[in-house]
Amino acid sequence: MSEGTLYDKVWERHKVADLPNGQDQLFIGLHLVHEVTSPQAFGMLRERDMEVAFPERTVATTDHIVPTSSEGRSRPLADERAEEMLTHLEQNTAEAGIRFFGLDDERQGIAHVVGPELGFVQPGMTVVCGDSHTSTHGAFGAIGMGIGTSQIRDVFATGSIAADKKAVRRVEVSGELGDGVGAKDVILHVIRQLGVDGGVGHVYEYGGEAIRSLDMEGRLAVCNMSIEGGARAGYINPDETTYEYLEGKEFAPSGDEFEERKQYWESIRSDEDAEYDDVVEVDAADLAPQVTWGTNPEQVVGVDEAVPAPADTRDPDAAETAQAHTEVTPGETMEGHGVDVAFLGTCTNGRVADFREAARVLKGREVADDVRALAVPGSGTVKRKLEAEGIDQVFKDAGFQWREAGCSMCLAMNDDALEGDEVCASSSNRNYVGRQGSTEGRTHLMSPAMVAAAAVEGAVTDVREFDTADTIGTEVDE
Amino acid sequence: MSGPAGDDAPDAEGAAVPAIRRVAGTGVPVRGDDIDTDQILPARFLKAVTFDDMGEYAFYDQRRDDDGSLNDHPLNEYTGANVLAVNENFGCGSSREHAPQGLMRWGVEAIVGESFAEIFQDNCKSLGIATLAVDHEDAVALQDFIEANPEAGIEVDVRAETVRYDGTTVEGEVPDAMREALLEGIWDTTAVMRTNLDRAKAVHDDLPYTDD
Repeated sequence: MSEGTLYDKVWERHKVADLPNGQDQLFIGLHLVHEVTSPQAFGMLRERDMEVAFPERTVATTDHIVPTSSEGRSRPLADERAEEMLTHLEQNTAEAGIRFFGLDDERQGIAHVVGPELGFVQPGMTVVCGDSHTSTHGAFGAIGMGIGTSQIRDVFATGSIAADKKAVRRVEVSGELGDGVGAKDVILHVIRQLGVDGGVGHVYEYGGEAIRSLDMEGRLAVCNMSIEGGARAGYINPDETTYEYLEGKEFAPSGDEFEERKQYWESIRSDEDAEYDDVVEVDAADLAPQVTWGTNPEQVVGVDEAVPAPADTRDPDAAETAQAHTEVTPGETMEGHGVDVAFLGTCTNGRVADFREAARVLKGREVADDVRALAVPGSGTVKRKLEAEGIDQVFKDAGFQWREAGCSMCLAMNDDALEGDEVCASSSNRNYVGRQGSTEGRTHLMSPAMVAAAAVEGAVTDVREFDTADTIGTEVDE
Repeated sequence: MSGPAGDDAPDAEGAAVPAIRRVAGTGVPVRGDDIDTDQILPARFLKAVTFDDMGEYAFYDQRRDDDGSLNDHPLNEYTGANVLAVNENFGCGSSREHAPQGLMRWGVEAIVGESFAEIFQDNCKSLGIATLAVDHEDAVALQDFIEANPEAGIEVDVRAETVRYDGTTVEGEVPDAMREALLEGIWDTTAVMRTNLDRAKAVHDDLPYTDD
């Protein structure tokens, strides 16, 4: 059993009661809500004649189903079912007194982008959302967990979930990251090392030189994909990087209150002599940009590394099926593998730093003929900031479509979807068959810079071979 | 908050949450590791404000040929079954409860497999679907048996943590909390947690970040 870790401390602080089934009742400090997984929970609440117990600890936005064209967002939405979901969320949140960032609010966007950037998510919190990528918020040293709709009902009704405490695995990522290599490459590498189900029964505490060196947006990308490794949550101990990011955020504490709160944040850091259930080391020195070749996030290689033969993988049958689907050739590198679509955005890589990184590659270049390229900021806040910096122009000049905020082609619940057997270079988190809206479509996960490079070349390419702009846009103070 | 005396524990509203001690019926095998919830319930069918229609969307894309006609997917072949037999890391990916809802509404009451993704397993618990983890060989043997004997009876015993078929008894593991919750009829956790609402409020008030 772990002891003295951030996970242990935050858990203790939020524990309400022992439940008769042996689980803990855990208080939830922040409940993020969106339109797809909440209407049934509100319905169940109504059936039981219950009210939302802690509306002020709840924040809602609309992200999965929203159109990303500005015309498409006029109400009622063209898609009747999407309109119905949005209307339900509007009515439910208004009735319950829950803060809601709707389409008419310029801060609307993906829950896992909005929560952090507005300062709602802070170290030492428990955070849940009816979305598996709630692990994202561990970047602040919070415990972020994805839950199902019946559990959403529980949080509405009681401010709590019934939960088992997991084992804590310290994932020590050593090495200095080279140019053109970032957070997305690190987490794909970790998942390859530990497996898509390696984290089952665990939460991951990320540490080590490579993690410490990441800015908050990079840390969000790492923690975001914890669930792709099977870990229920992933977190990074808060430090100066965390505090600097939080200072001045709209819903974060300010002034004396900030300093006071910081004492709590410091107190929940894992102790120097904390005990872990497990410690694994992952070497990220000399790491190459990563690209998935298969149909789960573990099926990944360095861009300059040969795709393995199925027999050389953990699950040969799955690898063979995956390679038949993606039409990659074992023994060859992913470099040169043609792409039809480039997709930048999502809760993994839809933040300002991600677009800046991609823009440095795109500056002065153009998207290859026949490549459909979408830039979908993770929130209205991200979009406006990039526009203020002039970065939107870099994307437009290169031939990218510059869209409104939403989950978009990550899971294609709106009009943005792969068609037929299109091949997509994607900054998203999942390459499952059918994930991007077409059962024949192929998804290759990679970093934002690699997506930009693939868009320009019309094929997977090593971004390290590109001369990139040192600075991009004009940084504008918030 | 002791366990209920009978089969059904009344919840705070007086409705009954049934105890689930065993699931008996026939099996349906779905083979493959790492079957994700996007496969189990494709995202495009999530555009609904209730779970009512999810049964018909379970494994929607796998169950149909390109022309939309039903193929020989197990869910088309083993209609009426209630014990799903799967392999490793079943239900990974998205947290959508629509996936277990879809399986449940199709008819699944228990799932026997090598391992399960945690959010999926939690969702199953919330719905009263038992999940039993068994060894690789046992999972494959069960799938083979069902394919050879589609009409044969299969029984998942939650209390004993076994699956029995054809005179064979296979030991497995139901997570403790799920086992307790199913046996005691407390798998719907809202009511029991609601009785601790004052304590939840006390924890809330004591947190350093809730004074805003």
